[in-house]
Amino acid sequence: MSTADLAREFLTGHDPATMEPLEFLRARFDAGLAWVQYPPGLGGLGLPRAEQPAVDQVFADAGAPDNNPRRIGIGLGMAAPTILRHGTDEQRRRWLRPLWTGEEVWCQLFSEPGAGSDLAGLATRAVRDGDDWVVDGQKVWTSMAHEARWAILVVRTDPAVPKHQGLTYFVLDMTAPGVEVRPLRQLTGEAEFNEVFLSGVRIPDTDRLGAAGEGWAVAQTTLMNERVSIGGRAVPREGGMIGIVADLWRERPELRSPGLHDALLRLWVDAEAARLTGVRLRQQLAAGQPGPAGSASKLLFARLNQEISALELDLLGEEGLRHDGWTMRRPSIVDFAGRTAGYRYLRAKGNSIEGGTSEILRNIVAERVLGLPQEQRADKDVAWKDLPK
Amino acid sequence: MTDLLYCEVEEELRASVRALLRDRVDLSRVEGPEPVDLKLWRTLAADLGCAGLPVAEEDGGAGATWRETAVVMEELGRAVAPVPFLGSAVLATAALPAGDPLLAELASGARSAALAVPMSTGPASTGNGPRWTVSACDGRLDGEVTTVADALTAHVLLVPTAEGLFAVEGTAAVRAAVVSFDLTRPLADLAFRGAPGRLVAGDAGPLVARALVTGAALLASEQLGIAEWCLETTVEYVKTRRQFARQIGSYQAVKHRLADLWVSITQARAVARYAADCLATDDPDLPVAASLAQAFCSPVAVRAAEECVQLHGGIGFTWEHPAHWRLKRARANATALGSATRHRALLAELVNLPA
Repeated sequence: MSTADLAREFLTGHDPATMEPLEFLRARFDAGLAWVQYPPGLGGLGLPRAEQPAVDQVFADAGAPDNNPRRIGIGLGMAAPTILRHGTDEQRRRWLRPLWTGEEVWCQLFSEPGAGSDLAGLATRAVRDGDDWVVDGQKVWTSMAHEARWAILVVRTDPAVPKHQGLTYFVLDMTAPGVEVRPLRQLTGEAEFNEVFLSGVRIPDTDRLGAAGEGWAVAQTTLMNERVSIGGRAVPREGGMIGIVADLWRERPELRSPGLHDALLRLWVDAEAARLTGVRLRQQLAAGQPGPAGSASKLLFARLNQEISALELDLLGEEGLRHDGWTMRRPSIVDFAGRTAGYRYLRAKGNSIEGGTSEILRNIVAERVLGLPQEQRADKDVAWKDLPK
Repeated sequence: MTDLLYCEVEEELRASVRALLRDRVDLSRVEGPEPVDLKLWRTLAADLGCAGLPVAEEDGGAGATWRETAVVMEELGRAVAPVPFLGSAVLATAALPAGDPLLAELASGARSAALAVPMSTGPASTGNGPRWTVSACDGRLDGEVTTVADALTAHVLLVPTAEGLFAVEGTAAVRAAVVSFDLTRPLADLAFRGAPGRLVAGDAGPLVARALVTGAALLASEQLGIAEWCLETTVEYVKTRRQFARQIGSYQAVKHRLADLWVSITQARAVARYAADCLATDDPDLPVAASLAQAFCSPVAVRAAEECVQLHGGIGFTWEHPAHWRLKRARANATALGSATRHRALLAELVNLPA
């Protein structure tokens, strides 16, 4: 029986038209049809990940409710694989089901004002106190913190050892006393992100993921999954931002000029090359040849989005001077297509910073793919507390 | 479904071509009287069977596809091998109609041919085909063609005229060697003075157009091979070269440029494979794929060769270091079969982005 057949069989006993959406999603999870690559009992069937799209298609065709995956992307893409890999059986059973159904939203508390690219240098402290840990510090760039029930959190538990060795990974209850979330307004005028202040927050030791001092290794699972999920989507030709500008070019002959024509064609070529690179990357993954090309995708799309949106402003001329508003909002997803060229231009500036700056990604490509020697570093083999700050 | 990967057979082919070229390519010969290595060409074309890969078995070929030819092109670019593969196994082979008797001779490597058009000729925009500089009257050809690739050693020249496509014995033309920018693919100026020719087809236009789009699609794979050699060679060098008591590859000013180059080459590979696959499957998107491949891969190969020279410092500027052969081949290829600018102009038509 194929996985698609299993999904159809499930639907014969669970009518999405009459069931409560949440009850339907819970039943789907319990039937192992949430994410088939997960183990039985945890929403899966222990099957290859490649079997999942057929299942999703059956549910989509039946008009079944979904878990709004864009809203719970951090939970699905980052928290869940980390809990699966490093959590205890009890932790997996507690967190994975409501995570997948969307009952509980997750956020990520990694970056700090003083620890961006150098994440392992983070300063938020956790001190053991009986069966709890007491956390003090500040995190930043946290999307969905204002809606999240849980956070994945990395803190420093031992300042007396070199920086990578003194970290521990926790799951934090965002409703605990001492957690304060404030919106962080960005240069677009809106606030997709938050600052999170942690003051004397108590976390039970049972909410630790992995051993104390092993936080860096656990965080690697989270970060690897972040980079896999960025740039992993199939798009048709002109499916990205280049399509917006190409359509504008076609519809508005009066905006055209020879210089802009060449600039547009150069970017069209670059965008199509980037798209085909994504197609090839997915073919490699499907053929079981995981390559390092994933790091390339994010570098590419950051540059392309920035250059294409800048060209759009050049093309629009006077119209580009008008904006659609600077009102502070808290969007839960980034809507590149629905707003002005000016918004796209500004929002794209974040693409080369968020999820690893382009400079850090170049280091990663150079050192891990090309095998070039590391930068000389002042922070190796020195206790974190003795590093210059 | 487009397949952008390399299959096992293609990887085996690559390994045997690479091994042959590693043993046999000797670039010191290109300044001598016989720059083209015909012995190597025979081994590659006849013994390894690389000349007839895309030719149907009934025409004496291997019945494989242009995808395999593209893999050979990658390796030839990597080694900048001085063999007439582009002229004979790509351009002339693609120009010949199925069933032509010359096809089997080219496929077996028994003879070689060149397409008598200037090296810079690219696929034409609609209704804007090239005007031929040779004319035919009663099977005799008169006129001149400049800067023809792989013509010096060709047994046969395929000559487009308004009267049709003709096959002319190489010895029946006056062939003047050009001092070529890229010595590893020497060019020739051709003159026909009443040269006898065999009529291959009455309308040269579609056959030449097919040859040019095939050449453009596959030259991208050669550019990819050049770029890969340049990146690998430079990465090895910056790991060993020390200045200020550090490997120069540890400086971000150096490593970030190489990381960016790696990203571009990753893209070039996808684009070149797409062009080769469109050729192999006769995909209607082939004109877009070929122009995309040329517009993208040539600038990447030229940049890779330029970075190779620059990041090798003084040694990269010497004749002794092999970087300059790749720089010259990549730069000449960037003009060959239509420049990136020309191909972007073609794309503007093909994807409806008019000036």
